[in-house]
Amino acid sequence: MSWDWSVILKYLPRLLEGTWLTLELVAISGLIGIALAVPLALMRVSNSPWVRAFPFAYIFFFRGTPLLVQIFLIYYGASQFEAVKQSVFWEVLKQPYWCAIIAFSMNTAAYSAELIRGAIQAIPKGEIEAAEALGMSKPTQIRRIVLPRAFGIVLPAYGNELILMLKGSSLASTITLLDLTGMARTIIARTYTPLEIFLAAGVIYLLISGVFIGCFRLLEKRLNRYQHYRHQVPVELTKIDPRLQD
Amino acid sequence: MNLRKLIVTLSLVAGTALAASAAQAEKIRIATEGAYAPFNMIDANGDLKGFDVDIAHALCAQMKADCELVAQDWDGIIPGLLTRKYDAIVASMSITEERLRVVDFTERYYSNVLSFAAARDSDFKTDKDSLKGKVIGAQRATIAGLYLEDNLADTVEVKLYDTQDNAYLDLAAGRLDGLLSDKFPAYDWLRSEEGQSFEFKGADIDIDDKIGIAVRKGDPLKDKFNAAIKAIVDNGTYAKINAEYFPFSIY
Repeated sequence: MSWDWSVILKYLPRLLEGTWLTLELVAISGLIGIALAVPLALMRVSNSPWVRAFPFAYIFFFRGTPLLVQIFLIYYGASQFEAVKQSVFWEVLKQPYWCAIIAFSMNTAAYSAELIRGAIQAIPKGEIEAAEALGMSKPTQIRRIVLPRAFGIVLPAYGNELILMLKGSSLASTITLLDLTGMARTIIARTYTPLEIFLAAGVIYLLISGVFIGCFRLLEKRLNRYQHYRHQVPVELTKIDPRLQD
Repeated sequence: MNLRKLIVTLSLVAGTALAASAAQAEKIRIATEGAYAPFNMIDANGDLKGFDVDIAHALCAQMKADCELVAQDWDGIIPGLLTRKYDAIVASMSITEERLRVVDFTERYYSNVLSFAAARDSDFKTDKDSLKGKVIGAQRATIAGLYLEDNLADTVEVKLYDTQDNAYLDLAAGRLDGLLSDKFPAYDWLRSEEGQSFEFKGADIDIDDKIGIAVRKGDPLKDKFNAAIKAIVDNGTYAKINAEYFPFSIY
């Protein structure tokens, strides 16, 4: 087998077209996913077993089944029912684009909710008790203490989840979408150069992941800046009495 | 004495190894797709069957070869041949210029035409003007898919599927206005329960499409297959298999 660089160059514009769709899918599903995940996580840490039941079942289902199966259920499954086809939802479910967004959003919401739940439970008890001692109501506590603290804790793990979703988005190609993977496979169907084109696609995925990782590093630095804070001792103080330091 | 024993043992071992490799060389591994009824599909027991499979078995019987059939996804089927996962592809594969650059083909074992299919009650015409804006499906990496991209990419919205079955599902679901596909497998689907409200539309598209068996470039297997194809066509085995699937000759 001979190696052909020119084929990568020739089809690069189409690969970039696919890259754009991949980014679109990840961005939109990511936003919807996190919007769903926060309330799910809050319900998940509730004291009432009734409130906990729904997010438990939801997370159990979406974490326990493969993403590919979920996509197929939504795309091919929903269209089997005449009732769905007659309903207003069909306008949305008819389009593979929205089917992919629904599947990705619901899937990432389940994983993210579980991550956020872990983060909420990892908040030091003392901080919540301090908020209570100050007389904060439950909603205020959540808004001012629980969520900001949880976001700081969850960030590294969430970056991981986003990268997993970027790679998972390649499954969109199974429902006729021409995302980066779909585009690569369509090009290969014509050129029979799987090594070259998949290498190019792989490098593009790697670059996107790299940008994600960089962004999350910056966010982490900002949200968890208290961890890097250096206590500065005033000069005059050190001169007076060593026991007064700190 | 000891040395002689050693030599005898060594030659015995070498002999067995040689015999074993010779036996392996007789074995031909053949790939097919398994999602292209009635040519190749997987039945309820998980076994491969269909026209391609029957032809492959008939050819192997003719060549007196020991054959093993494996199922392989369509868009990885040529790369798999090149990386020696198997030695031949009997999967209703069209002989094209592009494929000939990377593999060799035998003579045809049947000929294919393309046809549009759409709902019986739809006003579906196949001239370029009527097709404008329609959503047309085809399987990725097939002649039909390439035909749509080459000739109608600006006219219709092309949707490409991993398998022919998924394209049928979406036609039945109403996501597609029509389908462009190889005629014979579509003929089989139109007779099924899911396909009965659909029919062929317009004239057949003859694209001079010959279906052959793909082997690696320069593989002597090609000549063996060619001789076997000629033999089963001449001795009536081919006609018998043909009649099981279609009431007309597809050779």
